Amino acid sequence: MITCLGDMFFPEVGVAMVRLLRRLGVTVEFPQGQTCCGMPLFNSGYHHDAALVAQRTVGLFAGAEHVVVPSGSCAWMVKTEYPGLLKDDPALKAAAEVLAKKTYELSQFLVDVLGVTSVESSFRGKVAYHDSCHLLRGLGESRAPRTLLRGVEGCELVDLPGSDECCGFGGSFSVRLPEVSTAVLDKKLANAEGTGADYLVACDAGCLMQMGGGLTRRGSRVRAVHLAQILAPEDSA
Amino acid sequence: MSDARLRTPFPERAHAALEDAHLQEALGIATTKFIGLRRESFAGFPEGEALRDRARAIKEGTLQQLDRHLERLADSIERLGGHVHWAATGEEARDIVLRLCRDKGVRMAVKSKSMATEEIELNDALEAAGVKPVETDLGEYIIQLAHEKPSHIIAPAIHKTKGQVADLFSKELGGRFEADPEVLTAVARKELRQKFLDADMGITGANFAVAETGTIVLVTNEGNGRMVTSLPRIHVAVMGMEKVIPTMTDLMVFLAILARSATGQKLSSYTTLVRGPRQPGETEGPEELHLILMDNGRTRQIAGTLREALYCLRCGACLNVCPVYRQIGGHAYGHTYPGPIGILLTAMLKGAASVKDLAHASSLCGACKDVCPVRIDIPRMLVDLREQLDREKIAPWPERMVFRLARRIMTSPALFRLGASLGRVAQRPFVRNGRVRGLPLFFGKWTRTRDLPPVASRTFSERWKDLERP
Repeated sequence: MITCLGDMFFPEVGVAMVRLLRRLGVTVEFPQGQTCCGMPLFNSGYHHDAALVAQRTVGLFAGAEHVVVPSGSCAWMVKTEYPGLLKDDPALKAAAEVLAKKTYELSQFLVDVLGVTSVESSFRGKVAYHDSCHLLRGLGESRAPRTLLRGVEGCELVDLPGSDECCGFGGSFSVRLPEVSTAVLDKKLANAEGTGADYLVACDAGCLMQMGGGLTRRGSRVRAVHLAQILAPEDSA
Repeated sequence: MSDARLRTPFPERAHAALEDAHLQEALGIATTKFIGLRRESFAGFPEGEALRDRARAIKEGTLQQLDRHLERLADSIERLGGHVHWAATGEEARDIVLRLCRDKGVRMAVKSKSMATEEIELNDALEAAGVKPVETDLGEYIIQLAHEKPSHIIAPAIHKTKGQVADLFSKELGGRFEADPEVLTAVARKELRQKFLDADMGITGANFAVAETGTIVLVTNEGNGRMVTSLPRIHVAVMGMEKVIPTMTDLMVFLAILARSATGQKLSSYTTLVRGPRQPGETEGPEELHLILMDNGRTRQIAGTLREALYCLRCGACLNVCPVYRQIGGHAYGHTYPGPIGILLTAMLKGAASVKDLAHASSLCGACKDVCPVRIDIPRMLVDLREQLDREKIAPWPERMVFRLARRIMTSPALFRLGASLGRVAQRPFVRNGRVRGLPLFFGKWTRTRDLPPVASRTFSERWKDLERP
């Protein structure tokens, strides 16, 4: 599953994920017609509209064995909110529950389903890992991405102070209260720069858009990248 | 809260807070300290997690039979010789206090820290009626001197630096005091001592009230609560109805997690248990005890969407971890209860329309839910509140139109593709070094402070054709 921000702004993340999964022997398919998981609608209170989006997504992935998405928040949306959104139609709700169960955020899929702790790749650089809110608190995951990063040859994982604190994105929050959002972001970026890391790694397109946008604006040498880009860099084929 | 403050739109109030260097300094230090203390405290307390579950279950169970527990509490208090008053609204609660003051010839009242009395703006009402209220909690004393309102549920003066407090004391109390917390505390202590002795009435809130025994429980760190409830001849406690708990055993569960969540202490320095007024043969305690049980929008929510907010212990942990609160502090929220839980409590007290902006003052990061001692699902309730704002058409219509349009796009791959194509064309004048900057209108809300990645020349969906054949 490649959701809206990933499709439009970060296609290279999806490409890296496909490269990575194939290297691990996974058959990858991409059902056409995907758009967005509906989280922006849901979070802003447009639940009826979000349900219509959910209904579509549930149908698109009916045939898949596992659904893997490189974004903690989208995975959280599908896993925890879809069944409730579609509760009025028993058949749809059942289908949503099936999808919820077989949907995984990428790092969780690698570690929990494939049982991989190292993808046997190499990447040169110092990386700091940011815990995306929905992956950390929504799906309870803080270990899998770090385990995978530690397994990469040449990659040095450094501790990011306040790694569990929000980056200030929050979907429409980032434009409803841009000043507050940016103040929260500044703290995150100062922490990241303080670690001396070359890369700030996250598992969520939203956080990457926020942190990446802040880093280039301040002319920082730190780059925001997705976990998949570290695990399967472009030249690794 | 004063209407003047609310006349300024929320984003402007937030802006002012971000610009306030003192606020930023004080808030950053204090919230970081609270977070660390809480984390440490629970780290060394493995049974804490189970106790949190139990505390939540007690709150839920009590709400299911709130009337029964409240009647039992009232019976217990009356059996001890206390008086129980029922107040449907904040106004009624205020009037009961004022009537007591009038009937008993009260000229001065000392107060221990209480959010319930803040909620009903009791101090203003007392002053208007010619009764002098004196706050005796150090933080409350500071903000009373400064003519301000609390900006945190348990640390009312959290927004002030010690330097500001020293200046305030020097100006208001006459003298020249250095910015040393010990010195300043000693000054306040000296000022307040005589007030305790002179006051006719002591006014408190209640952290808990135990139905089986009629015990009113105050959790404090300064011992002022004990003096407020024992020195003046009348003690009045104002309590939200949801604060009743069934038994003393239940109380132990709450005490084990409350101070840990609030300040990282195992127990607060003082836990004051008040059981009725002075009994025959006793030499201490007030002659009269009055408990005001206040509804003020609470019982309506027992069957409402804000039900879980009635579990709240007022520990303030959710404020300390909230990225929004940590940036803007409590005053910017503009109501008695700040922070994430404050948004829900404000909606409870004043209706959903009163928080149409505040409902969005959260990135939904979930840190609040994580630290809440009774695991209130604050983010979920904020989302539900937003849903209500849409359903009741309180949300502005342009916003509702935009989201309806977004849904159209999200349910149509053709429109979604068209959107990407339009984006690619429209962004052209704004791309510099591979980043989008300086977008006009609404989009400027993003690009004023952050770059935007350009819409990719080929989206993932478009690239899939090549990827399909590896």
